Amino acid sequence: MAMSDTSTVTAARQRSARRRHGLLYLGLILLGLVAPFVAYPVFLMKILCFALFASAFNLLLGFAGLLSFGHAAFLATGAYITGFLLSTYPGLTPELGILAGTLGSVVLGLLFGLLAIRRQGIYFAMITLALAQMMFFLFIQSPFTGGEDGLHGVPRGELFGLFSLQSNLALYYFVFAVFVLGFALIQRTVHSPFGQVLKAIRENEPRAVSLGYDTDTYKLVAFVISAGLAGLAGATKTLVFQLASLGDAHWHMSGEVILMTLLGGVGTLLGPLVGSSLVIGLQHQLSQSPLGDWVSVILGSIFVLCVLSFRSGIIGELQKLVKRNFK
Amino acid sequence: MNVTKHALTATAALLLAPSLAQAEISGDVVKIGYLADMSGTYRDLAGQGGLEALKMAVEDFGGEVNGAPIEVLSADDRNSADVGANTVRGWIDQDNIDLVAGMVASSVTIAVTKILDQQGKLGIVSGSAASSITNEHCTPNHIHWVYDTYPMAHGTAKAIVDEGGDTWFLLTADYAFGHALENDVETVVEENGGEIVGKVRHPFPTSDFSSYILQAQGSGAKIVGLANAGSDTVNALTTASQFGLVQSGQTLAGLLIFLNDVHALGLDVTQGLQLTTGWYWDMNDETREWANRYYERTQRMPTMVQAGVYSSTLHYLNAVAETGSDDAATVRAQMAETPVDDMFASDGRIREDGRMVHDMYLVEVKSPSESEGEWDLYEILRTIPAEEAFRPLSESQCPLVKG
Amino acid sequence: MTTIFGIPLMVLFGQLLLGLINGAFYALLSLGLAVIFGLLKVINFAHGAQYMLGAFAALLGLEYLGLDYWLALLVVPLVVGALGILIERVLLRRIQHIDHLYGLLLTFGLALIFEGTLVNLFGVSGSSYPVPEALAGGFNLGFMFLPTYRAWVLVAALAVCLFTWFMIERTRLGAYLRAGTENPRLMQAFGVNVPLLVTLTYGFGVALAAFAGVLAAPIYPVSPTMGSSLLIVVFAVVVIGGMGSILGAILTGLAMGLIEGLTKVFYPEAANTVIFLVMIMVLMLRPAGLFGKEA
Repeated sequence: MAMSDTSTVTAARQRSARRRHGLLYLGLILLGLVAPFVAYPVFLMKILCFALFASAFNLLLGFAGLLSFGHAAFLATGAYITGFLLSTYPGLTPELGILAGTLGSVVLGLLFGLLAIRRQGIYFAMITLALAQMMFFLFIQSPFTGGEDGLHGVPRGELFGLFSLQSNLALYYFVFAVFVLGFALIQRTVHSPFGQVLKAIRENEPRAVSLGYDTDTYKLVAFVISAGLAGLAGATKTLVFQLASLGDAHWHMSGEVILMTLLGGVGTLLGPLVGSSLVIGLQHQLSQSPLGDWVSVILGSIFVLCVLSFRSGIIGELQKLVKRNFK
Repeated sequence: MNVTKHALTATAALLLAPSLAQAEISGDVVKIGYLADMSGTYRDLAGQGGLEALKMAVEDFGGEVNGAPIEVLSADDRNSADVGANTVRGWIDQDNIDLVAGMVASSVTIAVTKILDQQGKLGIVSGSAASSITNEHCTPNHIHWVYDTYPMAHGTAKAIVDEGGDTWFLLTADYAFGHALENDVETVVEENGGEIVGKVRHPFPTSDFSSYILQAQGSGAKIVGLANAGSDTVNALTTASQFGLVQSGQTLAGLLIFLNDVHALGLDVTQGLQLTTGWYWDMNDETREWANRYYERTQRMPTMVQAGVYSSTLHYLNAVAETGSDDAATVRAQMAETPVDDMFASDGRIREDGRMVHDMYLVEVKSPSESEGEWDLYEILRTIPAEEAFRPLSESQCPLVKG
Repeated sequence: MTTIFGIPLMVLFGQLLLGLINGAFYALLSLGLAVIFGLLKVINFAHGAQYMLGAFAALLGLEYLGLDYWLALLVVPLVVGALGILIERVLLRRIQHIDHLYGLLLTFGLALIFEGTLVNLFGVSGSSYPVPEALAGGFNLGFMFLPTYRAWVLVAALAVCLFTWFMIERTRLGAYLRAGTENPRLMQAFGVNVPLLVTLTYGFGVALAAFAGVLAAPIYPVSPTMGSSLLIVVFAVVVIGGMGSILGAILTGLAMGLIEGLTKVFYPEAANTVIFLVMIMVLMLRPAGLFGKEA
């Protein structure tokens, strides 16, 4: 009887936790809906795109334990494919362009994944980095990316051929919807049985193998989902800025997304959102201040600080705090 | 897609309509935003130095136009089109900026000029090389001030062929920009009776050029042209000097190389190199006077880009003072009506495609024994007259050019 | 003259020689990475920055202290190596018990700090370091002009690589090192000061990078970004070679230099990508790399 008592208590606790999470998400969505009236929408859209990018990255690092140092390749693939299609075929509606970009990243993710997934840890990081660097060279040299100049004047178009996305506000709500969908997908993935297996693999892969799980397939699927969402972020970003450029493909971008995730909190759902807001906000502030020259030194220092004494990130530390004080 | 086009035109008209009626300075302040790479590859070409030049222009102008104060904002674009576009959108939407100056990496510049065009604000590009900025990417809202790849490639190539350098080997950076330079040079060399005896397309970026230099030496060409830029050019020059390319009788032609590169590499490596520049600090008393003032503030001699920022800002402020307005179209028209006559250019003219045309100069890098100081780097071989230097309007793809 | 695919054999030989010289740099750098990885299990992302620091230290030493090339070759690795020791003691030590990926992230942060600081202090246009007088000029090999300095680079780099290999494989200190790699706890139990060994190893790996930097200074323009692009190629070399073996790092480095050299003749457009292509092929056939042990 004692057993079932505890389980009822646990169930009750879980239910109340779920309710609390539900309220939190509801609050965040409301915040997202009113935000463009308070802050500059283009800036917010940039944050949302990078938050989606970082969340996709975090799905891999935080929940499958794989550190990819080549995620810029997926961001850029999504951005370039969408940018190229939308500016070459003016009849194409933006959602189809974004879909195509996302699919492109999914395919690339599958290829990268097949090559890299058999290795772990540092090997995995270096292989993804090297593969992404190869993509960088390909992007420079292929004519469809516009080389150093990049793609420009990508039309924002009309959603489903009906709603014009010209105004920043209209586009903001579209980007917000994309973000919420992407985020919900990640949230569902993490809490699904699939996500539980991923966590088991992260904690102890040999054990997961001995339990009969085909861990490589699980990791590959996670990698492909992550790549696809990163591509979605890149594709959406193309629509916001109406351009796609090499900066998206550079390995510094892969480093930046790691920083965002690390700062916000690896393995927490909200961490990447917080981390990307902070990093983008910081870059924005720094670039217009006399300290602008020192931006990479400052980012590097944050990296070092995070690794040394702040490994759970902001959200992770907050969760610890809540646990300590309320349980 | 007519719907979209109409919507666009309508939006543009809406945006422009109120501003056309204004004949005064909006918000009683003239705001200039300086956007450039402050921390990356191009920081020495423009960077903080360009901002300093801009501030000098504002100070020399007296700090205010017709009673309205001049405010300078600046931002680092980190060579990222996203960052540049985002910054400029913010400047327009939130700070109500009047002019964007600087602009270096061509990807950033093209992105920014598209926004300026949409929002009806003015931009003056001083740092970028791409000639497409006033060709297929031209808009009525920006002006390209200092140089572009056309005179850099054409000017250098034509002058060299004229002086007997008729066989060429080209080292081309393998991407759109390098191909364009290569194409320009090939056309000029062949039109003037020269011959391209070989070329190699190297990946961008490349750190070790020894293999390509060896191929250039094997070609027997008189001239080895570097159709690349930045660190690639610098690396190629260093390697060429180690392999004794110049000593074995070949001449190097840099198609896109700047004072800061030559200064950093030193004369041992760069001596004898021929290149085209839009301005040089040691041309006459006027340039020296300004350059020395600049030197006092920054401890460096100005590049042509930094000088261009100064010159273009003054020209802009004069136009604002003249018309009493900071409306983009009004000021743009006034700027085009007045010739540019200052330490940077004499009788420079802004064409309808936004290109500011002025004399360019073919120079040769001095040898260490000829040089009399740290910054005594160039000897001017000849002046390339304005009408010959830039892409003629008859070849323009810019929709603003009629006829 | 004998030709291969339309390229005269002698020209090809010249290109291979140049490729080998580049390969010597890859070998030196991947060797340093391998030595560090062996004991610390950390991929030193700051390796490129430390290589750059080596070149800069040589340049600044010459400019401000009159430190000549030969002295720099000796002093600079010691100085930068000491900086490495400091980094290990103050930073890496604190995170050695957690996932080694954090070591990669920490050194990535350090690379950003080093690079950013030097960019601010010295700008990004590369400066040139004069070739030492004793090594100026070159040989005319008949089919090509080989600058003496490049020949020296090949000799010096190979000598250092072989010396390191010898030290690790044939000496007592090397035996400790190898044993420490296999089982650090047991070594500690035997009374070997493993923490000291770790510190010195990191310092040595960093010193190797700095040595490569000094060697590179007269060849490549010295600029704050000179290391970062090279580093990723070296990572690919390390992946191809496999992290297990010191000899693997050296041989793969040289081999990749040769392959790159050939690509520059036959299909220059692909010169930057060829190493990554090789990497993909190796990964498909031998996921642990050519010399690596299957994990």
